[in-house]
Amino acid sequence: MSNLVFKPAHELVQLLKSGEVTSVELTQAFLDRIAQFNGEVNAYLHVSAESALATAADVDRRRAAGEALPDLAGLPIAVKDNLTTTDAPTTSGSKILEGWVPQYDATVVAKLRAQLMPILGKTNLDEFAMGSSTEYSAFGPSHNPWDLDRIPGGSGGGSSSAVAAFLAPIAIGSDTGGSIRYPASVTGTVGIKPTYGAVSRYGLIALASSLDQIGPVSRNVLDSALLQDAIAGYDKHDSTSLPNSLGSMTEAASRKDVKGLRIGVIKQLQGEGFQDGVLNRFNEALEDLKAAGAQIVEVDCPSFEYAIAAYYLILPAEASSNLAKFDSVRFGLRVTPEGNPTIERVMAATREAGFGPEVKRRIILGTYALSSGYYDAYYGSAQKVRTLIQRDFAAAFAKADVLVSPTAPTTAFKIGEKNEDPLAMYLNDVATIPANLAGIPGISLPIGTADEDNLPVGIQFLAPAMEDSRLYHVGAVLESILEAKWGKTMMDFAPKLENLVKGAN
Amino acid sequence: MAKAELMDYAKALEQFEVVIGLEVHVELNTNTKMFCGCANVFGNEPNTNVCPICIGLPGSLPAVNKRAVESAISIGLALGCSIAPTGRFARKNYFYPDLAKNFQTSQYDEPIAFEGGIDIEVPSGNVYTVDIERAHMEEDAGKLTHVGGATGRIQGAEYSLVDYNRAGVPLIEIVTKPVYGAGAEAPELAAAYVRTIREIVKGLNVSDAKMERGNVRCDANVSLRLHGAEKLGTRTETKNVNSLRSIERAVRYEIQRQAAILAKGGTIVQETRHWHEDKGTTSAGRPKSDADDYRYFPEPDLVPVQPSLELIEKLRAALPEKPADRRKRLQAQWAFADLEFRDVVNAGLLDQIEEAVAAGASAQAARKWYTGEIARLANAEDKDISELPLTPAHVAELAALVEAGKLNDRLAREVLTYVLAGEGSPAQIVVARGLEVVNDDGALIAAIDAALASQPDVLDAIREGRMQAAGAVIGAVMKAMKGSADAARVRELLIEKANA
Repeated sequence: MSNLVFKPAHELVQLLKSGEVTSVELTQAFLDRIAQFNGEVNAYLHVSAESALATAADVDRRRAAGEALPDLAGLPIAVKDNLTTTDAPTTSGSKILEGWVPQYDATVVAKLRAQLMPILGKTNLDEFAMGSSTEYSAFGPSHNPWDLDRIPGGSGGGSSSAVAAFLAPIAIGSDTGGSIRYPASVTGTVGIKPTYGAVSRYGLIALASSLDQIGPVSRNVLDSALLQDAIAGYDKHDSTSLPNSLGSMTEAASRKDVKGLRIGVIKQLQGEGFQDGVLNRFNEALEDLKAAGAQIVEVDCPSFEYAIAAYYLILPAEASSNLAKFDSVRFGLRVTPEGNPTIERVMAATREAGFGPEVKRRIILGTYALSSGYYDAYYGSAQKVRTLIQRDFAAAFAKADVLVSPTAPTTAFKIGEKNEDPLAMYLNDVATIPANLAGIPGISLPIGTADEDNLPVGIQFLAPAMEDSRLYHVGAVLESILEAKWGKTMMDFAPKLENLVKGAN
Repeated sequence: MAKAELMDYAKALEQFEVVIGLEVHVELNTNTKMFCGCANVFGNEPNTNVCPICIGLPGSLPAVNKRAVESAISIGLALGCSIAPTGRFARKNYFYPDLAKNFQTSQYDEPIAFEGGIDIEVPSGNVYTVDIERAHMEEDAGKLTHVGGATGRIQGAEYSLVDYNRAGVPLIEIVTKPVYGAGAEAPELAAAYVRTIREIVKGLNVSDAKMERGNVRCDANVSLRLHGAEKLGTRTETKNVNSLRSIERAVRYEIQRQAAILAKGGTIVQETRHWHEDKGTTSAGRPKSDADDYRYFPEPDLVPVQPSLELIEKLRAALPEKPADRRKRLQAQWAFADLEFRDVVNAGLLDQIEEAVAAGASAQAARKWYTGEIARLANAEDKDISELPLTPAHVAELAALVEAGKLNDRLAREVLTYVLAGEGSPAQIVVARGLEVVNDDGALIAAIDAALASQPDVLDAIREGRMQAAGAVIGAVMKAMKGSADAARVRELLIEKANA
């Protein structure tokens, strides 16, 4: 097996540019590794070998002809399966869309194609991105490359496990309440939720429109910066996309020091409910940042207490409406019941058969929350909490340039461990949800492993809206401090997948 | 279904006060749809003007049509409404196969235009102020065709076809406040109101305003209460009333039907009712309660619409003449007597006469044709004049032919029936059917001589001053020439002959 797959994306980009590596060679190396390990990891729901190699060959031909190519030309990428692609089925992890090949490319996918990036395939997710473990995928869970019996986080566990297992150098995720950052945290990878509107949502199968945001998944901060620069920007197809540029993330990720940077530790997101090993690594990281010249302050965000409650009203409310279109009339699954198949019965039977339990749970929750007579008490109150959380952030950002917390309370749990308790599952996102409610950006990056289980621990930084560059800045500096301390990268702590799979056999 | 009992109209009004409320949907004539770039055109092959957005494919997002917003603002201003500096769209959630997303993107508690009013004149000359509650933007649904089954409705159909060409076409819904005090004139007021809305949107050039194509659709709410009662009665909402005449008839029908029920101590069911043009009745649709739960919530995929003051003032400055001002101007231009003009207004003929005059007709000739023979023909066919296949240019042409002496009245009426039968323009028909008035003296004299052969006494009678005797010869000449003779010329020739 080629060593190419273990190299960071930014190095691969240089190798492609210099002609030391061809895109076909590189793409084939990833396809080979996918063929070898995807059966165990289940990161990909669909592998697009043919079209990926065709793109790669095109890049190689054009580079050989001396054409000027986009920055990321030839670099393969994995795409979460809730983004529409005209050349591959798009399921959003649901039976109701099994086999559906969209008629149009998502804006982000179109941008990847414009960059001439070979798309390796579509990655697994909890059905319609509802979940924190990929266990709610209709096509089986993905497995954490650090321990195949554990979850890779969710909903974007396919993208996180693909990147952590070196089945892709880089990937696209989507984050509604932590679906990029939580999987990054439990797989030792980097994930960013940009500012709401920084990346077009056109072609992202909506979970909750006011919370959803597409972002990069990678093995280091600079790689994510390259990708965010490639996919961000205004899109006339998404009215909520930001009209102004947020600047160069790549440049921010190249900054070297954090002297004078004010880092606010969120009082509410530490202590009780957080695993010791997580808190140890977190506190050490703060010490490292302090030693590097950052100023550590504590900030108080009292309304965060209500964040999960508000989130689980707003999200299901929007989702119940967004998912109404899955009715068998125009696309996707159609189930015709026995007897007199009226339109209502066909719709009901299709939705009964096509949606999984978590999706049904949230549709019912959301329908209830929006019902006349309950709207003010539920959806209305949740929107008020949202405003309070935004105010908490505004106050906190008056004291600090970035905020910090552990990304998740615990390391990766075992597959099946929390299946019986949806509420316990919801708590995984306690630290990530507030950013979605406020529309601000957040990054998760690895800060080592927990002493008790040797599993990855993630730290989360948050910045004010449109200040995504601060995350790349502080993230890149902390990453280099830690790599210098360890003498290696985070992924070098991970067991070799070859050994795990052999052991399983 | 048993035929509903109706109370005598005058009696119903003696006992009850009528309250009406009108919801008018106006389809805008923007080039593209409300939230996507698909063409907004009527009559294309089904499902050809569609895209991922208007058929609601997963992942697609709406983007607001700027022209539609401007049209909505113009309509709001023309209705005397305030324009909201910021307004959100909302989702109205319900499952129906013509609704691609199973929610309609509409406006709920933040309409773009609100709190207006317009004066409406009814046939008697009375003027009522109709208060406008709101005008808001929304998207149309697709069009369902139910195949098989007796009713043409979804229930009982074998299968249904959906055409999404109309899905996403921009609509403005204009809602009145309850209208009190029109009494017996409530039906006329309802029709006159919708006519005024049509005039306004046509004048603004924001809609084709063709009722027969559904460009303007009206739902009429009717309720009754005892005179002096404070509480409003239960209302019904009659849907699908798609001509001005039907609106008037449907409101009148509902008044009589509800009065009969209430007078017997019965209760009105709050429901939608369907108007049946053929029978002139309404029938119960689905029950509708105020608690109909559409689970409205702000559309998270769209940012609020925030028209600038500059834009609003620009659109205000560009508003065309108000309907009342236009009427004053036209009456003066046409020099119509008050009664003549009122008849024209009540018959909804301003546009036609204006266009006929523009096409060269004299105002009086256009008025005479439209309020006379054309109205009679429309009535005979149970149609609105606007529904007849007859253009104002046809009428102008017809009037010109009469003016030039090429057609007499009787022939002109005949030509009109051929125009309605689709044979072409009046001039074409005259040529094709050889209907021109014969005023060639040679032919007329020959016919007069032939007639005199059997009535030789007539010349003497004329010489003796008994002019009525001429009638018999003129009649015979007309008969012989199948009506194409110029009667006045025949009379002249006959007198010349007698006095020769």
